[in-house]
Amino acid sequence: MMTAIVSILTGIMLIIGAVFAAGAALGINRLPDVYTRMHAASKAGTLGSGLMVLALGLYSQEWDQFMRAVATLCFILLTAPVSAHLIARAAYVVGYKPCKETEVDALSVIKKTDEHHLQQ
Amino acid sequence: MNKMVFLMNLLLAAAWGAITGSFSPLNLFFGFILASISLFLIREQIAYREYLQRGGKVVVLAASFFLELVVSSWRVLMIVIRPKIQLRPAIIAVPLTVTEDFEITLLANMVTLTPGTLSVDVSEDRKVLFVHCLDVPSPDETVDGIKNGFERQIMEAFR
Repeated sequence: MMTAIVSILTGIMLIIGAVFAAGAALGINRLPDVYTRMHAASKAGTLGSGLMVLALGLYSQEWDQFMRAVATLCFILLTAPVSAHLIARAAYVVGYKPCKETEVDALSVIKKTDEHHLQQ
Repeated sequence: MNKMVFLMNLLLAAAWGAITGSFSPLNLFFGFILASISLFLIREQIAYREYLQRGGKVVVLAASFFLELVVSSWRVLMIVIRPKIQLRPAIIAVPLTVTEDFEITLLANMVTLTPGTLSVDVSEDRKVLFVHCLDVPSPDETVDGIKNGFERQIMEAFR
């Protein structure tokens, strides 16, 4: 009985996680520029992989395995936003412009004055 | 003061691990609960009530963070599977009230994992956080949302 419940729960978590991971991959393909793509990779990707890691920990039905899965989830949660932020920042510094639909760009003013300083 | 109480709690949990001869995560967690109960016994001498409230706020912060993560992933998924993607992205400037390095890091990370926002840069003087939004009808509302939501929660939990 217990194993059946665990199996069903694991299956559900794996499927939901896979759907979110697939959504992240689809988003990276379909969204218009690097910044919007980072949204898909950092959010849906984190939730998807996190759910799948947790499902793995649950499936083992051992505390130390489960705690390891939780630790992995914590590290994913800590590192995914940092890497997304770094990629977006690097893209901006190098000079990739946000897509043309972008309405407000508060950074452009700052970066122009920075370049101005550098040239002087 | 709160940090002292938390340190005491951790030390007592470690002592529990040493006495029972097992440092497994589960036993340490149990020791932590036990230590917080024993700290409750001397609540007259230490600022226990404040400590408990602070701990509660940290837990609330973590819980709301997970909730926001699920909501934001769902929203991204819904945007991605639309046949025709129509977005109004923007990069907006959020003035920061938090000053500590780890608070800014925490806020930037949380902003990245919440619906429609991604932190891109922090200004040189660490007073402004630049946030890329996936779909913003009104930038001012988003700024208010971050300032009154996560930033206030972080201030309450760690100040």
